[in-house]
Amino acid sequence: MTVRIRVIPCLDVSNGRVVKGVNFVDLVDAGDPVEQAKAYDAAGADELCFLDIGASHENRDTIIEVVRRTAEVCFMPVTVGGGVRTADDARALLMAGADKVAVNSAAVSRPEVVSDIASRFGSQCMVASIDARLVEPGRWEIFTHGGRTPTGIDALEHAHKMVRLGAGELLVTSMDRDGTRDGYDLALMRAISDSVTIPVVASGGVGNLDHLVEGVTKGGANAVLAASIFHFGEYSIAQAHAALRAANLPARS
Amino acid sequence: MLFLRQRASLVAETIALIDFGAGNLHSVHNALQAAGAHGVEVTADPEVVAKTDRIVLPGVGAFGACRDALAGIDGMIAALEQRVLKQGAPFLGICVGMQLLADNGIEFGEHKGLGWISGIVEKMEASSADIKIPHMGWNDVTPQTDHPLIEPGEAYYLHGYHFRAADSSEVLATTTHGMPLVSAVGLDNIVGVQFHPEKSQAYGLAFLKRFLEWKP
Repeated sequence: MTVRIRVIPCLDVSNGRVVKGVNFVDLVDAGDPVEQAKAYDAAGADELCFLDIGASHENRDTIIEVVRRTAEVCFMPVTVGGGVRTADDARALLMAGADKVAVNSAAVSRPEVVSDIASRFGSQCMVASIDARLVEPGRWEIFTHGGRTPTGIDALEHAHKMVRLGAGELLVTSMDRDGTRDGYDLALMRAISDSVTIPVVASGGVGNLDHLVEGVTKGGANAVLAASIFHFGEYSIAQAHAALRAANLPARS
Repeated sequence: MLFLRQRASLVAETIALIDFGAGNLHSVHNALQAAGAHGVEVTADPEVVAKTDRIVLPGVGAFGACRDALAGIDGMIAALEQRVLKQGAPFLGICVGMQLLADNGIEFGEHKGLGWISGIVEKMEASSADIKIPHMGWNDVTPQTDHPLIEPGEAYYLHGYHFRAADSSEVLATTTHGMPLVSAVGLDNIVGVQFHPEKSQAYGLAFLKRFLEWKP
């Protein structure tokens, strides 16, 4: 076979607690990100993503502690995004047990942080997180700060710049679709994935398993990220894998 | 009784996990403990390496940087060569820790490796547009020979450079990502794996347990 399409549940974390909760039945503390990470590890998630949405400075130590505790009990790859501004921020997360760091706003305002991280720790751990909105047919623009702040930067040009600077993966989120459950922005995913040589993770808008499949077959993604469909127990990781396999895509059994 | 004796020997054994600043050091430490190791010592001390029962060399990132960091620990490479090559202590290299076994690595210039397994490490080239690099995700471990550590299964890979072995008899397992890739190499008491056992859930922990019990 070949490398499997990855199914990646994403947990939003603020001040050490999960914001959008998981509805697994047997968790002792359902607000603890480590408890939820353990549940996804046991369920066979291909990777896990922590998105740290707490913006305060003290919060950095909190997310590092979450990663450290997760790495003690979960043996799957973990990506951490949110608030990574410097190579030293990345180092602290990687040494705590993260495998990859996702850089978003800092990569827009100070793109050299991408090459700093890639040259110090390798491209394999440097994920460029791209939040984009459709501004006219066939043209997407980068937005920062959770999709609120327009930058005027063309999303495809930005994606190519991230690759040139040494990113090893792109996490592409459609801010138009995020939270809608209408499915990924497949045209955005396809435009980016067809024009880069590194893996692309599709994000934003998943409402059912067909959306995951389309992210790959129509969007060209190498991995599919979702939050609520897994957290609220609508679908399991195993069902996501089975849906991919049913579409003749490589997925873990 | 046999089970109890094996368990007792595991408890008594020491495992030196070499600390040269590799990013996956703590994850490997956690996974070794979860696999049943009790005597893991995270160390940059050649004297600890000289006396240990087993050795694990982690590593992620760039070949040259890892090689320089390892060579920068006074006496470490000599201690590893003494303990592994001369005295036969079981050795496991993971990811870049496996790639360092090669003669040379070509990543941001050419760097000398340890030269324990003949071959070179070089950048992967995509054979078609849909093959994305780095090779990132779960993929097969396909045994190429009968070896007590290598079982068929799925493991997690995360690398943009790959090991081209000079001697196919030293390739223990392969995987496929657009082209055949070396997944594991080995010779006598030495094993190196390109995948990350510390990130490969049940398969990875079972692999580490086999390493801890290995009597080459």
